[in-house]
Amino acid sequence: MEKQFPIVQYVDEDGQLVKDDARLDKEQLYQFYRAMLRARMMDKKCLNLQRQGRIGTYVQYEGQEAAQVGSALAVEDGDWMFPTYRDHAATMTFGHSLTNLFLYWKGRLEGSIPPEGKNIFPPAVPIASQLLHATGTAWAEKKKKSDRVSIAYFGDGATSEGDFHEGLNFASVFNIPVVFFNQNNGYAISVPMEKQMKSKTIAQKGLAYDIPSIRVDGNDILAVYFETEKAVERARSGGGPTLIEAVTWRYGAHTTADDPSKYRNQQESDQRRQTTDPILRIERLLNNQGWWNEAAVKEMQEEITDEMNDALQASESVEKPDLNQLFDNVFAEPTWTIEEQRMKHNRISKEVGQ
Amino acid sequence: MTTVAAQVKKLTMIQAITDAMKTMMKEDDSVLILGEDVGINGGVFRATEGLIEEFGDERVVDTPLAESGIVGTSVGLAVNGFKPICEMQFFGFIYPAFNQLITHATRMRQRSLGRYTVPMVIRAPYGAGVKAPEIHSDSVEALFTHIPGLKVVTPSNPYDAKGLLIASIEDPDPVLFIEPMRCYRTGRTQVPDEKYAVELGKAATVKEGTDVTILTWGAMVQDTVKAVEKWEAGKDASCEIIDLRTLYPLDKETIRKSVEKTGRAVVVHEAPETGGVSGDVISLINDAAFFYLKAPVQKVTGFDTPVPVYSLELDYLPSAQKIIHAVEQTLQY
Ligand SMILES: Cc1ncc(C[n+]2csc(CCOP(=O)(O)OP(=O)(O)O)c2C)c(N)n1
Repeated sequence: MEKQFPIVQYVDEDGQLVKDDARLDKEQLYQFYRAMLRARMMDKKCLNLQRQGRIGTYVQYEGQEAAQVGSALAVEDGDWMFPTYRDHAATMTFGHSLTNLFLYWKGRLEGSIPPEGKNIFPPAVPIASQLLHATGTAWAEKKKKSDRVSIAYFGDGATSEGDFHEGLNFASVFNIPVVFFNQNNGYAISVPMEKQMKSKTIAQKGLAYDIPSIRVDGNDILAVYFETEKAVERARSGGGPTLIEAVTWRYGAHTTADDPSKYRNQQESDQRRQTTDPILRIERLLNNQGWWNEAAVKEMQEEITDEMNDALQASESVEKPDLNQLFDNVFAEPTWTIEEQRMKHNRISKEVGQ
Repeated sequence: MTTVAAQVKKLTMIQAITDAMKTMMKEDDSVLILGEDVGINGGVFRATEGLIEEFGDERVVDTPLAESGIVGTSVGLAVNGFKPICEMQFFGFIYPAFNQLITHATRMRQRSLGRYTVPMVIRAPYGAGVKAPEIHSDSVEALFTHIPGLKVVTPSNPYDAKGLLIASIEDPDPVLFIEPMRCYRTGRTQVPDEKYAVELGKAATVKEGTDVTILTWGAMVQDTVKAVEKWEAGKDASCEIIDLRTLYPLDKETIRKSVEKTGRAVVVHEAPETGGVSGDVISLINDAAFFYLKAPVQKVTGFDTPVPVYSLELDYLPSAQKIIHAVEQTLQY
């Protein structure tokens, strides 16, 4: 199976092009680079903020930037994105605001709201459930005869859930324009791939559903971008779903509430930072092409730092919501039960002076 | 334009349900039906009979056998402009979809602060007394009245079935519409041809009375009416019977007014006793009509056991004797 689903690479670990026909232009490479840098800086920032107690438990993705950023750059305005709790590199690349991302991690509903015109679902917390929403939403687009597609993100553990299989099966049966984008980072919390499934690849699971499936090097942004673009194109032109397995690695813990040294050897993570890191790889590529520009990169870092600081400040100046927010948006029109509970809460909190 | 006098015809409940879906599908292209065997077969109870012929397989969709798939994809369809009606083949098979319902369908509005909404209906046949195999007869409405963001509706006659289903389809939020199987083909009533809605959240007074209020729903409504009519003959006491019709949100006003009038109440449901909707009804009576009560509120329910298969299912269901026994208990105070 691993032979049948070879890992597609465009650029190797030394930053050498291994695919002759890969389109390469300096500007686009810098766009990729900048988006990944921004994602990484944001992840580091959030990790620090969590350590300082300024945001709640945080879910990091460092190491998975190429997979998330590359795939997100391959979809367009009007398309639908279905992230999990770990996919904010994808959402911020697709246009989610940094202010709202900070708000999300401060436990604010506002944080899930995408900018006007961007179709981004609130991050799915129940594993694999979003694959069905992506399928349903894309099904609606198909019925409306638009050429809009959905992209759904999920991890390796998610492929054990029924909703993964139901999502692929529905998409296959009804030829739905959806891209199932898997990030195989080797672990579902503490459970390694080989204990999660006997199959050696995730891509092969698409075979059963007759869905074109590929494995890509998830740390090679060119491979991710161009292969996702093909899948998106196929979906747009009526060719139906694709399953993409991006083989990647996250350096850190599952979340800031978890200690990875309990279940995996962190030395391997440290080693990978030197070898397979997605950002290093594109730096090496830029270097090899003679396009590396120290000053430009420095400027990028400064811009991103400013953008993050502004966003953080904006998010910290948003006032705490009133508990009354909770009673809104349960139904279009609140039921009497909800209205009564709202009034009772307001009356009692006045009485007890809260 | 010519106006035609409103036509009425006599329909069974299942026909009224079909009629409701047909009415709405004609009126609104965004209404879709998804489910197992709902197409050519017209559903195992024939609720969707004839609809695929009329509306095609793009709108009446035979899905793979996957309840989570049906509800989960419908969340996406609903967010993106459609109004799916999902058929669960039996209520007892909704469990695989429970996750989608509770973690997504019912909270999408709040999670997205109103950006995404899920106008969807899930229909499911339920209730004992039809000699169905294990699991098919479960009456687990209380699992769903506990879910924030979900309305739970159940008709007991053909007229209500059509009007309540139309109101459910038109509701901007998810509605669970559970259909008492036992009522599907027992009796026909007059059902107007035209579109009409029976407002959600409103109970119906099925029979007026002065001494005891009986609150019930689904198939137990007819059972209660029969039991009470027999009992009342020759008595100088009478029962008021209320069909709750919507189990979330309950119709507080109708319940309050009736209990204020009679001073006594009995709740009858076939679902298991513990954690049942009866608990909410009684708590509501405590809140709204405590000083009018002349006796503790009684309940007559199924047991905290799985709904038995048919050799025992009639023993499981609240019998006429048990209902009358509870009525007499309240009258002794
Ligand atoms: C239905 C469900 N079960 C369990 C969990 C708890 N949980 C959160 S993340 C996770 C592991 C997910 O692993 P994977 O799909 O590989 O994604 P990753 O976190 O590695 O990106 C689990 C078990 C959950 N969120 N949802």
